[in-house]
Amino acid sequence: MGAKFIKVLLFKDGRVVVRTREEAGFEPLAAAEKAYAAALAQAGVAESDVQNVFATGAGRKNAPRAKDSITEVSAAARGINHLMPNVRTVIDVGAEEGRAVKCSATGKVDDFAINEKCAAGAGSFTEAVARALEVPLEEFGRLSLQSSKAIPMNAQCAVFAESEVVSLVHAKTPKSDIARAVHDAIASRIVSMVRRVGINNDVALIGGVSNNPGFVDALSRGLETNVTVPEHAEFIGALGAALIAGERSN
Amino acid sequence: MKANYGYMDGSGEFFITIDTDSCIACGHHGCVSACPVGMFEIIVDDYDDEVAAIKGDHRKKVKYDCGPCKPVSDRPPLPCVTACTPGAISHSW
Repeated sequence: MGAKFIKVLLFKDGRVVVRTREEAGFEPLAAAEKAYAAALAQAGVAESDVQNVFATGAGRKNAPRAKDSITEVSAAARGINHLMPNVRTVIDVGAEEGRAVKCSATGKVDDFAINEKCAAGAGSFTEAVARALEVPLEEFGRLSLQSSKAIPMNAQCAVFAESEVVSLVHAKTPKSDIARAVHDAIASRIVSMVRRVGINNDVALIGGVSNNPGFVDALSRGLETNVTVPEHAEFIGALGAALIAGERSN
Repeated sequence: MKANYGYMDGSGEFFITIDTDSCIACGHHGCVSACPVGMFEIIVDDYDDEVAAIKGDHRKKVKYDCGPCKPVSDRPPLPCVTACTPGAISHSW
């Protein structure tokens, strides 16, 4: 139950059967029902065939159909451990929150920190600036990779940072350089949070913002280490919840 | 597990860290009654352990909620840290 998208993942016999997602919009519960129904339909299974349903994410407490819930932190650690057992630091950046989790070899959380207050360290900031620059969000990340010029953004707050972006636009700064500045600013906040829990290799990035190559590049530079993005990275939390749901069913 | 509750903003890093591995061993949970603004609660975490946590409505304003216990000068020992006999609670600021 993410802030921006609701994701549903069906898991059976050690493998993912289907993944669906719906934009949360103004009716996240209805979106969850829709994504759940779509997942069952795509998998060709009846609801009675589903053994257990667990929810995770910002809206996990209100998730329809869920018999229990698990925090995003534990779900991320468990999910990444299933796919990439060597990962010890998992960074989860979604629309409205960023999280850094240090996890053990068994997928248990050792240490975590969450930034749930500062919008300048989350994906919604890129959306706001992409909109201001009239660049589709899907191209915003690639655009920043074309820049080789680092422009520091001094504002610590997304609202003031947007003002800085407006100043850069008026100064005829190329859009690619502005895009890089924005990704570097978000990455610097995430890096600071990751350093709080410690950087233990391997490092993986999950969550919706992992689809943004500009941010992945900025984060790798900021952490001075290679950051791996797993396939279907925005579903890792759902995968972790599904794995835990399966374990607790047995 | 070390759980860091709080945030970073332009004025600094404000995290309350609870070492849940130490917290599990505590039987009296003195932190809950010691905090003058009632920031602490006892939860069952994802690993089925009873541990202390910061309530959700305090996590985004710990700097301000903790303010009265942190005067600029002559700062006394923090009541939550003093009450936590296993030494599981620490503040980043």
